[in-house]
Amino acid sequence: MNEFDEERIGRLLRLLPPAPEGWVRAAQELPAARAMLDELVARAEQDAAFRLQLQADLERAVAAAGYEPSPFVISRLRRLLRTV
Amino acid sequence: MTVEQSDAQLVSRCREGDADAWNEFVERFSRYVYAICGRGFRLAQHDAEDVFQEVFARAFEKLPELRSDDAVRPWLAMLTRRLCIDKLRLLARDTTSEADPDEEEVGDVLAQLDDAMAVRAALDSVGDPCREILDRFFCRDESYRTIGDSLDMPAGTVASRISRCLEKVRVELDGRSRGSRPS
Repeated sequence: MNEFDEERIGRLLRLLPPAPEGWVRAAQELPAARAMLDELVARAEQDAAFRLQLQADLERAVAAAGYEPSPFVISRLRRLLRTV
Repeated sequence: MTVEQSDAQLVSRCREGDADAWNEFVERFSRYVYAICGRGFRLAQHDAEDVFQEVFARAFEKLPELRSDDAVRPWLAMLTRRLCIDKLRLLARDTTSEADPDEEEVGDVLAQLDDAMAVRAALDSVGDPCREILDRFFCRDESYRTIGDSLDMPAGTVASRISRCLEKVRVELDGRSRGSRPS
């Protein structure tokens, strides 16, 4: 690590602005989202009718199952369902 | 001064399923991942968001397999870098833009971001009110006036506080640097 003077400290701090709040919140909610995704995938594996609903309209089926179909959840679920 | 938890301690708590630790983990590394996407690879905001979420999703899944808890930052940097390159390649399939960025340029930015993270860690150690005032001025680009209004102090005082706080961070960094040198 090089020596730091006040000017350099200021310059380096400027390189790290905060990420948008919504992004940070979504990442922090991952553990809860993960549990929800596991549950939806398990249900899709066991329930053919539910699997068909997911294939027909993913967002609608997720909402109908009582979950918030956030873009993050939908994109992860789409990926996970490819293996079901 | 605040007691700062090491990256390794934080990772260990995450591995034990501590929800607060995961929140802290995201908080600690979100700026770093965001800066790699934006400054390192110049991704557009919506592409950066995809990569950002994917990095933390994979981090959450793979954290238990991490070999050395101390190495979490370089591991995150490598993961972010790889996902940014994947994104650029995907985008290049549909456009005439260059797929791979200049490796040397990206390497320089990442080295600067590592130094910036060291400064950030020192700032966290110094704690509030310096952390808040320097964060507002340098990272959030707020004016003396805005900061003064928010913290209920004259703009002139904000300037002198910034100067004093920078000095505190410098002293903290010097102490860390001396502590890490072999005797």
